[in-house]
Amino acid sequence: MSDYNFAYLDEQTKRMIRRAILKGLAVPGYQVPFASREMPMPYGWGTGGVQVSAATLTPEDTLKVIDQGADDTTNAVSIRKFFERTAGVATTEETTKASVIQTRHRIPEAELTEDQILVYQVPIPEPLRFLEPRETETRKMHSLEEYGLMHVKLYEDISQHGDIATSYAYPVKVEDRYVMDPSPIPKFDNPKLEMAAIQLFGAGREQRIYAVPPYTKVVSLDFEDYPFEATKADHPCDLCGSEHSYLDEVILDDAGNRMFVCSDTDYCRTRRAEGHVGRLGESEGEAA
Amino acid sequence: MGAQMKEQDMTPLLQVNGLTKMYGPRIGCKDVNFDLYPGEVMGIVGESGSGKSTLLNAMAGHHAPDRGEVVFDTRTDGPVDTLTMSEPERRMLGRTDWAFVHQHARDGLRMSVSAGGNIGERLMAVGGRHYGEIREQAADWLGRVEISDTRIDDRPSAFSGGMQQRLQIARNLVTGPRLVFMDEPTGGLDVSVQARLLDLLRSLVREMGLSAIIVTHDLAVVRLLADRLMVMKDGYVVESGLTDQVLDDPQHAYTQLLVSSVLQV
Repeated sequence: MSDYNFAYLDEQTKRMIRRAILKGLAVPGYQVPFASREMPMPYGWGTGGVQVSAATLTPEDTLKVIDQGADDTTNAVSIRKFFERTAGVATTEETTKASVIQTRHRIPEAELTEDQILVYQVPIPEPLRFLEPRETETRKMHSLEEYGLMHVKLYEDISQHGDIATSYAYPVKVEDRYVMDPSPIPKFDNPKLEMAAIQLFGAGREQRIYAVPPYTKVVSLDFEDYPFEATKADHPCDLCGSEHSYLDEVILDDAGNRMFVCSDTDYCRTRRAEGHVGRLGESEGEAA
Repeated sequence: MGAQMKEQDMTPLLQVNGLTKMYGPRIGCKDVNFDLYPGEVMGIVGESGSGKSTLLNAMAGHHAPDRGEVVFDTRTDGPVDTLTMSEPERRMLGRTDWAFVHQHARDGLRMSVSAGGNIGERLMAVGGRHYGEIREQAADWLGRVEISDTRIDDRPSAFSGGMQQRLQIARNLVTGPRLVFMDEPTGGLDVSVQARLLDLLRSLVREMGLSAIIVTHDLAVVRLLADRLMVMKDGYVVESGLTDQVLDDPQHAYTQLLVSSVLQV
């Protein structure tokens, strides 16, 4: 295998991270400070998520890593390889077969179950950061539940764009208490935050871990006259024909042709294997 | 009935007892005592470094004084010492019944948020969740401080100094506070803008029946706005009384100096 300790981090570090994770689960949405370690990858590449995954993994686990829903992008491939080398755990691209899923910016389309853990990579854990730069002040605002400022941001959105234009990292309130940044997932995924699986959030550079336990109430913030809407591109997937999945727009040529495809590659592949075909899906089937 | 009304009116809105703030061995302000009644405007004058702003910040809870009491007549629980209040209560007071107008509008405004958002912040902080209503109130308040409602989506950085100051006042008064702390509200504005701002402040104070504590070194400001006056020197209140009385018949040597230092044009 390798000369690394299981899953790269030493046992003391994993213990420290597990304590932070447990505290996070006990106080849903609360940002727990932890002594983030230097990882063999740059900040912004998922150092927080990797540390949480490392502390969560057991040798029997099956790991799946996605980046924007895809299993085959650089970030996902390198993190998957990292754990293949340092932990020797089994890896998969199938959502249903994974026990630990590390994700960047998406929640898988397939419904997750109680025996799965979803680990998010978080760039900036503080939802109030761009409104209030002082950490001392934002901590105080969290502890005193002073969240009026969050609505000022939504107000600004409506006054400038006519509706709430925040389309990712859409702020949520967890269990009627803490306002939380769900990491930069599209707001289409926000309703899925109330799920059966454990959700863990790791921010490496900012040294924060937070968590949403299974079946926890998660409400997206909004105004009475401008309610929250989970939006997506108004198209079916061009490969699998799904009407209900989050789509990426891909430009095909210089003549303005474009296609919409599921951002969740495993979901799209599964549907095509089941025989669903989208507008441009046929040609691929014939080629194969 | 009448007597009862009178008795209610006689409860001071704010009672300051023996308020002392030291900066190490140096005196910030010492043994300040006064009562402020509903609808009354109190002026605090004195030279730079006399402890005016220290006193104001200590009363408003911006920093903790070393000794003394600041008793505020709250809507629900009657007179309560704000210095021994829990922090959430004090901060709640700070965005409902109290308002603080800073000398520099930039300190009191969110410069990266539109004028409407600035005014709406307090409403949202106390639970306003209806965009249409918040916006309506913001437009109404812009009108009351003489800013065109076509500027509602502009950021304060696009406003002139005088407009920024008026916006700050609107942002503070939108929740209908009962007590306003003002720290040199007209400082740094040219005289004609000052005059209009004073006019506006005076009419707002009268209309809303506000109580206010105004710190300034400009005697004209207190002459126009304040019912009563305190003169500070070296951290102590050296003279206090009705504004006209203090300004027209100063007793303390320092007050005499202060009054005679004003240039007559």
